[in-house]
Amino acid sequence: MKNNKSKFSKYLVSGVAALALAAGAAGSASAAENGKFRVGIVTFLSGPAAGPFGVPSANAAKVLVEELNKGNLPAPYDKIGINGAEIEAVIIDEAGGATKQVEEYRNLVQRQKVDAVIGYVSSGDCLAIAPVAEELKTFTIAYDCGTPRLFADNPDAQYMFRTGLDASVDNIGAVRYLAATRPNVTRLAGIQQNYSWGQDSWADFTAAASALLPEAEVVEEQFPKIYQGQYGAEISALSVKRPEIVHSSFWGGDMEALVLQANARGLLEDATGLLTCGEASFATYKDQAPNGMIIGARGPFGQFAPDNELNTWFEGVYQNAYDLEPVYPATKMAQAILGLKYAAENAGVADKEIPSAEQLAAAMKGATFESVSGTVEMARGNGHQAMQGITYGEYHYEDGVASIKNAVSFDGECVTPPEGVAAADWIADGFPGAKCN
Amino acid sequence: MRLDKTEISLGLIALACVLFGFVSPGWLIFLLTIALAKALVVQGVVMQMRSGLVSFGQGLFYCIGGYTVGMGGQFFGIHDAIAALSLGMFVAIVVAMLLGLLLTRYREIFFAMLSLAFSMILFGILVKSQELGSTDGFNVHDWTLFGWAPEAGAGSQHTVFTMTVVSGLIVAVLIHRYTKAGIGVICEAVRENEVRVEYLGLSPRWLLYGNYVAAAAVSALGGGLTALATGHVDPEMAYWTTSGEFVFIALLGGLGHVAAPFIAAIVFSFVRTYAIEFVPHTWQMILGFTLLAVIIFLPKGLWSLVSREKTGERA
Repeated sequence: MKNNKSKFSKYLVSGVAALALAAGAAGSASAAENGKFRVGIVTFLSGPAAGPFGVPSANAAKVLVEELNKGNLPAPYDKIGINGAEIEAVIIDEAGGATKQVEEYRNLVQRQKVDAVIGYVSSGDCLAIAPVAEELKTFTIAYDCGTPRLFADNPDAQYMFRTGLDASVDNIGAVRYLAATRPNVTRLAGIQQNYSWGQDSWADFTAAASALLPEAEVVEEQFPKIYQGQYGAEISALSVKRPEIVHSSFWGGDMEALVLQANARGLLEDATGLLTCGEASFATYKDQAPNGMIIGARGPFGQFAPDNELNTWFEGVYQNAYDLEPVYPATKMAQAILGLKYAAENAGVADKEIPSAEQLAAAMKGATFESVSGTVEMARGNGHQAMQGITYGEYHYEDGVASIKNAVSFDGECVTPPEGVAAADWIADGFPGAKCN
Repeated sequence: MRLDKTEISLGLIALACVLFGFVSPGWLIFLLTIALAKALVVQGVVMQMRSGLVSFGQGLFYCIGGYTVGMGGQFFGIHDAIAALSLGMFVAIVVAMLLGLLLTRYREIFFAMLSLAFSMILFGILVKSQELGSTDGFNVHDWTLFGWAPEAGAGSQHTVFTMTVVSGLIVAVLIHRYTKAGIGVICEAVRENEVRVEYLGLSPRWLLYGNYVAAAAVSALGGGLTALATGHVDPEMAYWTTSGEFVFIALLGGLGHVAAPFIAAIVFSFVRTYAIEFVPHTWQMILGFTLLAVIIFLPKGLWSLVSREKTGERA
């Protein structure tokens, strides 16, 4: 017995030591300084958010990095790679929750020695990463997550940026679209996934509606749990209230299931659907979504991206590579990468040199750069949050071709609260200072 | 107090870990901190497995520990890490004392499912609490240790790591003594034949009750340490996949020794992090194959690699 015990401890000690050594060796092996610009790309590669968001984003990152390394982009992004240095993308999976993401973020920065990180679809992950980015002093761009708390909770952020828009813009924009195209609607209803995203979206939408559509009333709200998939009961509950507009912040498989089921049950014939994330499934609706359903892309992305040289080029290479048009998450990923490229090339360092996180942050703060979605102004969140307009339009499908009709765009200043003002307060005060076209 | 050889070697390894913390890179310290903190939760699972109960809801206490630390700092001005961790354990004990009254009446799959149900109830409550950030959770920061605030970054990381190693050591020694003591051995007897234990004049139910409450406290400690290290808590901590991960690690390590959950948690973290790095699209499959391989080739867990010669003896 005694012999065995001491044997255990010997094994134990040697086991732990071996692990530590192995880890140390592996760590130094990947920390090679090869003169490349290493970018960590974090997005969902597994789980329910992979199909609609993660995979298109990762695909956009891959094709864009490939083309950047060949120097194939139109001006002003025609320089090879980032600032002349070849880009090396390290793509990892966002699935698994905030604790794991913090661990993987540290691994990216400290083990893989990336020069910048772009990523995060989930708001929870963004909120968990923000303080760690500051702690590790690593230039980080959140490309998709929507929580307005990102810079409200981290007002002193130096290294964290967001090139996507926050979720209140989606819903203020949605109400503005209704006010512009259907000012006489009176009966609103909503169905949201029961988690932060759905709760916040509905709160912003109803508050904005009571300000901009004073005659409208909310006749029904439903909060099924996320990934429920079957919405028979909710659709019945909505139908009996005879709404004119059914707002939903659903995304991914839930959204497609809702559209399919609500359309089959006739809800979307009597009422007009308004899907704030609807564009992400633009290519898959076919004739299963009714004509005239209002969809958004969380900004001027995907189908709503403008016809500029950069976007035409991007749509071309994306289509070539994947035989699909880029949906909004893909455009947003491209925007974040272009933002990083802009910051690196305007950081005031020599050609092929990789700027420090401080130089990147200084160049990005308050910057105005050209992107696939038009001009992006980092005009909110103390220069860390992008401000852009938003476009909504109606889905139409005829003769096997899907298109957008009756699109209306709103300027950034029309749908974004002024600096330092929380969206809820801005809406409650009746949008003071909003400049609409 | 006489220390036996296992305790001495545990102490030495803990000391080595703390010293190792000063020379290893930040990511490794963080990975080890999380692995060891999770190992504490796994200890809770293993404690119950030894007496024949598989808890699929240990995330409940992991989450309670994490949220108490977070809420203590955010809403009640409890910034001292030790006070917050103790409070987390206290809350977990109170909750476990209540739930235990019901849960210890059930065995096998019924216990597993009920424990899972309670952790999902907490998940549901947290998701509906918008003041607590719903699914997004909230940050945990500005904690101190006896009035001393470790500097942000490497300083606080080392402090949490040391705290985790020390907590791990204390818990390991206590559990080691518990399993060697008569009452710990009876736990295994309960697993093998509950009726006989009753004939011996002992109450298996109250034994399991005590075990359940103790496991809850240990798990809450792990949750609190995770919250301090990560700097963020979210309801995912109480989600069933998190609890499933603890059972996974428990099976990986086996019930053979108090060190097994720690080793299994570290191995699990390394396998996972390198799987994510090298095969980002199929890392879950690597984890699955690892567990499959362990179940097929090492049915008593990784620890059987160490104790292979001991066949025939009590595990």
